[in-house]
Amino acid sequence: MKHLLSTADLDAATATEILDIATEMASVSGREIKKLPTLRGRTVVNLFYEDSTRTRISFEAAAKRLSADVINFSAKGSSVAKGESLKDTAWTLQAMGADAVVIRHPASGAPHRLAGWVSGSVLNAGDGTHEHPTQALLDAYTMRARMGRLDGLHVAIVGDVLHSRVARSNVLLLNTLGAKVTLVGPPTLVPTDLSSAVQVSYDLDAVLPQADVVMMLRVQRERMTDSYFPSAREYSRRYGLDGARLRRMPSHGIVMHPGPMNRGMEITPEVADSPRSTIVEQVTNGVSVRMACLYLLLGGRS
Amino acid sequence: MSVVLIKGARILGGDPVDLVLRDGVIAELGPGLRADGATVVDADGLVALPGLVDLHTHLREPGREDAETVYTGSRAAALGGYTAVCAMANTSPVADTAGVVEQVYRLGQEAGLVDVQPIGAVTIGLAGERLAELGAMADSAARVRVFSDDGHCVSDPRLMRRALEYVKAFDGVIAQHAEEPRLTEGAQMHEGEVSARLGLTGWPAVAEESIIARDVLLAEHVGARLHVCHVSTAGSVEIIRVAKARGVRVTAEVTPHHLLLTHTRAESYDPVYKVNPPLRTDADVTALREGLRDGTIDIVATDHAPHAAEDKECEWAYARPGMLGLETALPIVLDVLGDQWDLIAERMSRAPARIAGLDNHGHDLKVGAPANLTLIDPTARWTVEATGLASLSHNTPYAGMTVPGRIVATFLRGVPTVLDGKVQK
Repeated sequence: MKHLLSTADLDAATATEILDIATEMASVSGREIKKLPTLRGRTVVNLFYEDSTRTRISFEAAAKRLSADVINFSAKGSSVAKGESLKDTAWTLQAMGADAVVIRHPASGAPHRLAGWVSGSVLNAGDGTHEHPTQALLDAYTMRARMGRLDGLHVAIVGDVLHSRVARSNVLLLNTLGAKVTLVGPPTLVPTDLSSAVQVSYDLDAVLPQADVVMMLRVQRERMTDSYFPSAREYSRRYGLDGARLRRMPSHGIVMHPGPMNRGMEITPEVADSPRSTIVEQVTNGVSVRMACLYLLLGGRS
Repeated sequence: MSVVLIKGARILGGDPVDLVLRDGVIAELGPGLRADGATVVDADGLVALPGLVDLHTHLREPGREDAETVYTGSRAAALGGYTAVCAMANTSPVADTAGVVEQVYRLGQEAGLVDVQPIGAVTIGLAGERLAELGAMADSAARVRVFSDDGHCVSDPRLMRRALEYVKAFDGVIAQHAEEPRLTEGAQMHEGEVSARLGLTGWPAVAEESIIARDVLLAEHVGARLHVCHVSTAGSVEIIRVAKARGVRVTAEVTPHHLLLTHTRAESYDPVYKVNPPLRTDADVTALREGLRDGTIDIVATDHAPHAAEDKECEWAYARPGMLGLETALPIVLDVLGDQWDLIAERMSRAPARIAGLDNHGHDLKVGAPANLTLIDPTARWTVEATGLASLSHNTPYAGMTVPGRIVATFLRGVPTVLDGKVQK
């Protein structure tokens, strides 16, 4: 595996291998000295064109725990703010000897373009409304850790699927790993032609009793002014997850959210802070999964 | 005046015949002709067509001379078999005054490789708010008859109605870029399963079809001529078919790329495949081909849209839409239609000349007709190379593709502009 651009590039064996390696990496993170020498002397660049403190910190922690040298390149205050093209930035990183570039970018497909211009590995840390592969991997890791399996699991992804890179990566990966996915949201926010392998529902209450996992997506407030739905209150009433809805789920069911949350919009504090919620675990698991990805891309297995 | 003797050309694929071009016209036609002091062109095995006419070309001058100039675009056109091209108005400054259209016209005359017929903007600055001085452009030395805000849709229905009505005074035609702007805000590619997967904002077919449906009704209402630019969907073909059956004076064009390529090309995220309207589905391609064959779609127009490297070697969403087309149009059409030479001549020469009001182009190759023609080797196949084209820009979607039909020679008013595949200027 040279790059990680889309979860569509992962077959079941490779995806499972990443999750298994992440389990080993998690044990490192539990130690007093959280460090492995694996990537000593390798350079990982975090190239972030969007503000994303949590994802950048997670990748930085992952690379450092593997002893890689980490360079943080943020679009603000750099040559990028002066209008440098992605191609010129790519050549600059190339000239500096980057072994891997972790890229977050507002334009869908930017990591694909970058991969054509650098010789190192490219890791997609979220591109526009396209994909966020490591988020899907950490979600799968979290589900597997909590539920003991992925095959046959019923996962409901709820909210603004149309604009969600998290949803796209999850749909592809969960299909590969044998889970059943139902997309739930208002018709304006759920593309019906995303994948033939998924179900679509506009009725959250009808889906909840069969859902082993409910993954709530963040709803941007600007969707409201763009007439995707009439108001935040109406959205919450129809598609928000509150205590009453949580109790419609099977008792073993879990609630996930990629963060950052709009408390009171798509999820109530009661649900977000309940023991059924995995939101904090997802953050912890993110580091292990990203360690596994960097290890596989740079360490030379597979 | 030079004299040219063409030996053994097959006019529209017919039996070999000789042609003598003298004083800008076809002076003689027949077997075994001789002409003293003539430039002799051996056309053994070559097919002769009336010079091609492109109703939709972006020459980028004035404003973006780094991407294309009237001269470089004229070279590309001649090499593609064209003797006339209509230059779109979305230059900088916009061709919305008599001054700008006369400048483009004059640059075309100076280049002297094809007749460059400027298209005038419908609205001032392409802003869609107030009519440009259409009459002044019509009365100018450029004799503008086609008006278009191409790149933008004349979306205001009242303004569109007025434009359609107003140009009737000088037998003008409005060429509409059919795109409902509210339905395509931020749009990057055809809305469908590929855009859903790639996370690129969709450009729905209905945004084109709803404008065409409205415009054919407006044209019918005011009894005006309407031309529809770059038709790209099956639904649009159906609407135009119905409108023609009702007697609406509507004509339509399709581009070579919409006849060949589909939206799956976007999977590479390479913006060389980004174009407006976007590449559509297999079903759309099938419908467009059928429409072109049965005459629902009148012509093939290139929408030749050169772009500088920095406007294409970037993220998809930041790239400008458009593709080169002049030098590859005939090969692509030949690939799509096969060697139906009379049909090709109709769709690429006669009909576009009629729509544009270009009286000296699109004539059958007969004695006394203007000597605007091109010679094609139908058996040759060649591989498109982006840097091998005459355009200043390299944004061809066909790079690496092997296509049929090589343009060997082109003549404008009897003067060779291309001989042996090389520009003569």
